[in-house]
Amino acid sequence: MVTANTELGYNSKVEGGVIISKADAVINWIRTESMWPMPMGLACCAIELMAVGGARFDIARFGAEVMRFSPRQADCMIVAGTVTYKMAPQVRRIYDQMSAPKWVIAMGACASSGGMYRSYATLQGVDRIIPVDVYVSGCPPRPEALLDALMKLQAKVRREPAASRLLSA
Amino acid sequence: MSAAAVTALKAQFPQATDRASADHLAVNVPLGDLVLALKYLRDARGFDLLMDMTAIDWAEGASPRFTVVYHLLATSEPGTALRIAANCAGPDAAPTAPSVVGLWAGANWHERECFDMFGITFIGHPDLRRILMWDGYPYHPLRKEFPLAGIETDLPVADIEEVTGTRVIAAPMAGGPFVASTGEVNLTDAEPRAKDESWSDRQPQPGQTELRQMKD
Ligand code: SF4
Repeated sequence: MVTANTELGYNSKVEGGVIISKADAVINWIRTESMWPMPMGLACCAIELMAVGGARFDIARFGAEVMRFSPRQADCMIVAGTVTYKMAPQVRRIYDQMSAPKWVIAMGACASSGGMYRSYATLQGVDRIIPVDVYVSGCPPRPEALLDALMKLQAKVRREPAASRLLSA
Repeated sequence: MSAAAVTALKAQFPQATDRASADHLAVNVPLGDLVLALKYLRDARGFDLLMDMTAIDWAEGASPRFTVVYHLLATSEPGTALRIAANCAGPDAAPTAPSVVGLWAGANWHERECFDMFGITFIGHPDLRRILMWDGYPYHPLRKEFPLAGIETDLPVADIEEVTGTRVIAAPMAGGPFVASTGEVNLTDAEPRAKDESWSDRQPQPGQTELRQMKD
């Protein structure tokens, strides 16, 4: 039979098994260390995104190796490539299907600003249709640059008032 | 081998004429002879591969305005290529040409692209839809009067446009289009750059939509 533990004071039996922290810190720790990406690979930048997933650069070191092709299981959309106007509505739909909390990395010049494609066919920056958290410069960015973006995003998420947001939601 | 084919083609189709070309031989044929001429070349002269099919816009006011061009290759004789060109029929705004999907199935997507980019209707095409731009896009971007930056119009999906407040805009050209300088020995000088640098993102060209500021 299990009885309720009414003991409030120090208990030497659970020493080392209990950690005191803030809810924000715990929630953000969970979020930052398992940020599953939605690989929105649309052009050449997606090749570098694949390199980041490979053994040499190994995005698994940051807990983000689980590329989810279902937006409902993903936390962070990595827009890697040129977003055409034809594709833009689909990018927005997929973003809408991701469950909150969700973040976006715009990888490369194209996703950030339209890049060199100053033309009738290309969306001039994916931030016109979805909110972007981190922009990565480069054409294409080095894999290290994407890892840096991921770390920047983790730093940003760590500062979020997660608990109060959850309670007010 | 192409030369013999051209001679034979001209004997078969007396209205065919030589066409100036920088590399492979090229022949003009009247639009009415086009399909028969291509069929003859395919069946009797061994030009079994349609490598490419494209069109030329001779600019507004030119008559005829559009020309379709077929790039043929004889795979049994390597390097034997031939180009066939024909001026389109119909008014400038709605040119037409016969479809050759019956001769080469691969012409299907080429003709769709030509239709998408130039607005040439291929009569007899089984499924003439846009292939690069979305259905409902109002322009044909490779026509000479269409600006590279594009023309402001609606996004392909109405509810996304409503939610995001974003439209298809004329792209900010930042002094572009960017043109490479040919004949430069120094590669840095040969890099593509804007020839007209009198305006930029901060000083927009008159008539262009200004770049929207970044969202918070
Ligand atoms: S930024 Fe460069 S590498 Fe990346 S998608 Fe655009 S053109 Fe390709």
